[in-house]
Amino acid sequence: MLENRRWVIIGIFCLVGLVYLARLFYLQVLDDTYSLGASKNSIKRVVEIPYRGQIYDRNNQLIVYNTPVYDLYVTPKQVRIPDTATFCRMMDISRPEFDSIMGLAVNYSRVKPSLFLRQLSKEDFARIQDALVDYRGFEPVISSMRTYPAHTLSNALGYVSEISKKQLDNQDIVYYRQGDYIGHNGLEEQYEEQLRGKRGVKFMMQNVHGVNKGSWKNGEFDTLAVAGQNLITGIDVEVQKYADSLMQNKVGAVLAVEPSTGEILVSVSAPTYDPNMLSSRFFSKNYRALLKNPYKPLINRPATASYRPGSTFKLIQALIAQQQGTLFPNTVYGHGGSPMRCHCRGGNNLRGAVQNSCNPYFYNVFRKFIYHNGEHNVFKSSAIGLREWHDMVEKFGIGDRLGVDLPFERKGNLPTPEYYDKAYRGALRWKFSNVYSLSIGEGELLITPMKLVNLAATIANRGWYITPHYIKGFGKVGVGVPTEYSVKHQTDIDYKYYLPVIDGMRGAVAHGTVTPLANIAGIDLCGKTGTAQNAKFGHKYDHSIFIGFAPMNDPKIAVAVFVENAGWGGKAAASVAALVAERYLKRKTEATVLDAQVKASNYMPPAQFLFDARKPTTPKKDKDTTQKPSAPKPMMTATKPKVVTVTGASGN
Amino acid sequence: MARQNDPFSQNIDWLTLLLYLCLVTLGWLNVYAAVYTPESHTSPFDMSTNAGKQLMWIGTTVILIICILVVNHTFFDTFAFVFYGFMILMLILVLVAGSNINGSRSWFKFGSFQIQPAEFTKVATALALAKYLDVPGINLSKQKDLLYVAGIIILPCLLIIASNETGSTLVFASFAIMLYREGLPSWMPAVGLSAVALFILALIFPKLYIFIGIGVLAVLVILLMPRYNRTVANLLAIGVVGIGMIIFVTGVDFFVNNVLQKHQRNRIKVLVDPTIDPLGVGWNVTQAKIAIGSGRLQGKGFLEGTQTKFDFVPEQSTDFIFCTIGEEHGFIGALVVISLFVALLTRLVILAEKQRTKFARVYGYCVAGIIFFHVMVNIGMTIGLMPVIGIPLPFFSYGGSSLWSFSILLFIFLKLDSRRVAFTRR
Repeated sequence: MLENRRWVIIGIFCLVGLVYLARLFYLQVLDDTYSLGASKNSIKRVVEIPYRGQIYDRNNQLIVYNTPVYDLYVTPKQVRIPDTATFCRMMDISRPEFDSIMGLAVNYSRVKPSLFLRQLSKEDFARIQDALVDYRGFEPVISSMRTYPAHTLSNALGYVSEISKKQLDNQDIVYYRQGDYIGHNGLEEQYEEQLRGKRGVKFMMQNVHGVNKGSWKNGEFDTLAVAGQNLITGIDVEVQKYADSLMQNKVGAVLAVEPSTGEILVSVSAPTYDPNMLSSRFFSKNYRALLKNPYKPLINRPATASYRPGSTFKLIQALIAQQQGTLFPNTVYGHGGSPMRCHCRGGNNLRGAVQNSCNPYFYNVFRKFIYHNGEHNVFKSSAIGLREWHDMVEKFGIGDRLGVDLPFERKGNLPTPEYYDKAYRGALRWKFSNVYSLSIGEGELLITPMKLVNLAATIANRGWYITPHYIKGFGKVGVGVPTEYSVKHQTDIDYKYYLPVIDGMRGAVAHGTVTPLANIAGIDLCGKTGTAQNAKFGHKYDHSIFIGFAPMNDPKIAVAVFVENAGWGGKAAASVAALVAERYLKRKTEATVLDAQVKASNYMPPAQFLFDARKPTTPKKDKDTTQKPSAPKPMMTATKPKVVTVTGASGN
Repeated sequence: MARQNDPFSQNIDWLTLLLYLCLVTLGWLNVYAAVYTPESHTSPFDMSTNAGKQLMWIGTTVILIICILVVNHTFFDTFAFVFYGFMILMLILVLVAGSNINGSRSWFKFGSFQIQPAEFTKVATALALAKYLDVPGINLSKQKDLLYVAGIIILPCLLIIASNETGSTLVFASFAIMLYREGLPSWMPAVGLSAVALFILALIFPKLYIFIGIGVLAVLVILLMPRYNRTVANLLAIGVVGIGMIIFVTGVDFFVNNVLQKHQRNRIKVLVDPTIDPLGVGWNVTQAKIAIGSGRLQGKGFLEGTQTKFDFVPEQSTDFIFCTIGEEHGFIGALVVISLFVALLTRLVILAEKQRTKFARVYGYCVAGIIFFHVMVNIGMTIGLMPVIGIPLPFFSYGGSSLWSFSILLFIFLKLDSRRVAFTRR
């Protein structure tokens, strides 16, 4: 009985054989889809790379466009070069360079084309085009190069360059091939998929000598390339460039957003570099130089530099304490009982405390906040209080990534009770007196400029914010904007609690901690200065910080400015912020005295000073490296530090 | 080759040997064609090319064959479990000490020499199964025996999966053919085939349509049933089967989308819709089809293939070797190769049935099953009827491990068979 199953098995073998033969007969004889005309032809796949989307500012000004260039490809197997020396001279490369490029190409494949030279300009290509006919195996492919007519915004934009080995290996769906361009950092990386478009594939017939014989099957199997989408950003290029000029000779960041929409108007990271530097055939040379530059121009400070917020943080303290019910507009604290020094006369109410940035006042505010619970054990009470504090501060977008549309955003640090438990090696081993420096934005707090500008926008809106973002639309305003950029995040602080704080902020600019020149007429700037401790960590000067918005009623712009090593926040940072706000609101600069003063000031720490914490080097040697003519300098900054700071640093 | 030196030559099944020699020779010529480039005029004996190396492998295979034919026939019977245990040990060892090649840790590397134990595990598993089923009283319709058999098959599978060689694991499904012959209850293959059919349907059509289809089918079955059969128990059974199918389809969906790795998922989806992933697997399959399709009826002639020359087809001399045959020798070449394989498989089944011991018969069916599975999947993937699974075409594909293991597999059976012939002649 069972042995009869052998026929079933033999039947299966024959059936599969027949099915396969039928399929083969269909493929090979009946269906001429796969016939290649002449039997010696083969099909070549030509990939068409579409133009990358351009990038515009909010007023339709072009920030990034594409310039056509030529990439030269080589197929080693077909190469016939009668005279290599002449060839090298024509291509403007040295013999060793030629050998190494050819070696790489041969290693990759003898029959497949590899990149020989990239991004030949139209002029260069015109020069060699005719001569190229004599050299077999070289094929020009039209390509494009990013060009930045505004010469600004480089850190936020990122750059476009060859795909890295790691990215090539980590693709989910294989899209990129070796040598393809891809956006790195910034918006170019964030919106890579939309900007790059969709590449097309053309099938061409070729004979064995590689000569094209037309398209295969009349292009039935071809897919058309789809051009990349144009990105419209909320950036205001004119103000951006102006802010760039103000940040000359300074290290830091300037950010401005429109409070009602969360659109980023200005995004300066200083020192910066000309984005065109990273978009040419000299990419690797320039990139290496920028990487080595001690001022780290490649870092996008607005989103990735973390600072202590300093006194600007007092605004949050004032808001959450009012909401908690432990602070009222008319609450008055003196200087007594506080371990903090202060420069004001004391005896302020809330408005005055904001205006004069009174440290002891906010020490008391924070103390009351932390101990405002039924717990009598100071350790337990501190833990409960800090938890409540953490949860309320978190609503302002502090402590985690905001979700701005950049690939790398720092979280910063908003300490939790667990954080201190860990730091003090066990629960209930710390209390208010260990953490009181949080009250004035010092201690373990770390905040990015992006979060501070968001705080300014939140206060400008009296209670809510929209996550700051660069995008305004793809192709048209509002198209393709991620939905999270229309969500209003509430801080759960009542509207009325904002009013005394804003009064204080206006006071700070009008007759408080801000330098009088920065109180520019007609823009009604409200703000808060901050001076983040830096000097006591071995540096000469503190960081200067300012956040604010203007005008006071129906604010149009919120600004945050960081100037590293510039000392007192009321001067350097506040001046820059006031000028940026004025330019945005009035489209012109009337405060010419302040403008000249800011542009003339230099807060660049000397290069050796940047390094001395880790690696002591002689000042002379370092000065030399920064002035070496071959090292490209950050465009917006003078690389030569002024003598003033050098002498200051040498004492260290 | 082997027969002149072999004391048992008169008892070897000549037809099988002839088929084997044809296949190995054709395989070697095609490996040469696959790596041949018109400009360089390499000789097929050039040791630096795959063809030269393959010739070396063939030489070593001859030595192996002689060894197999010389040893006593009871050797394989006696040591079947020892081989099996040894291979299991090797599979564990390779996980620890193996080299990572193309993302799977399944190779031992000795200098420039690589060997993949998984290839040989098939032989050892076939021997172990034969040995186990040879024990009198073992019956596949008994649950306990079936469980043991399943255990013997699944243990090496798990180890091979652990070394990330999914393709080789699937080969173990080929033992189903032997099990079917040895009395596996016939509902099992029926369920297995339905599962495969449902799997493919689930890939092609949206889930909802299949659910509706299953519902309609159930209603039809109930309506067409004779009235007296519509008992509560039967209706319940139909319900259970229907729900089982729905769960299975949902499971397939989950499996494909959540369990499989991306490249595996693409390989399956490409089967249904070749336009998916045109730059990845879809491209390989399209290129393979173009190469084969461009061969037309008579082919372009030996060494005249163009598609297969310019690296259009990947893995040209290993997994996609059939493209070279299709392109250079056309439909006629493909017909010859497929006929040779079908003839070999049929011959193996006929020989297996003639065996006097259950051991030899079971082993014979294992050999036929394994070779059949490889041929079916390998050729099937080049003509777009099977997903792309990296398993070699027996005797054809370039590579020492696979040639060795298939030759060992086949010649152990021929050795067992020669014993039978000697016995009948006496």
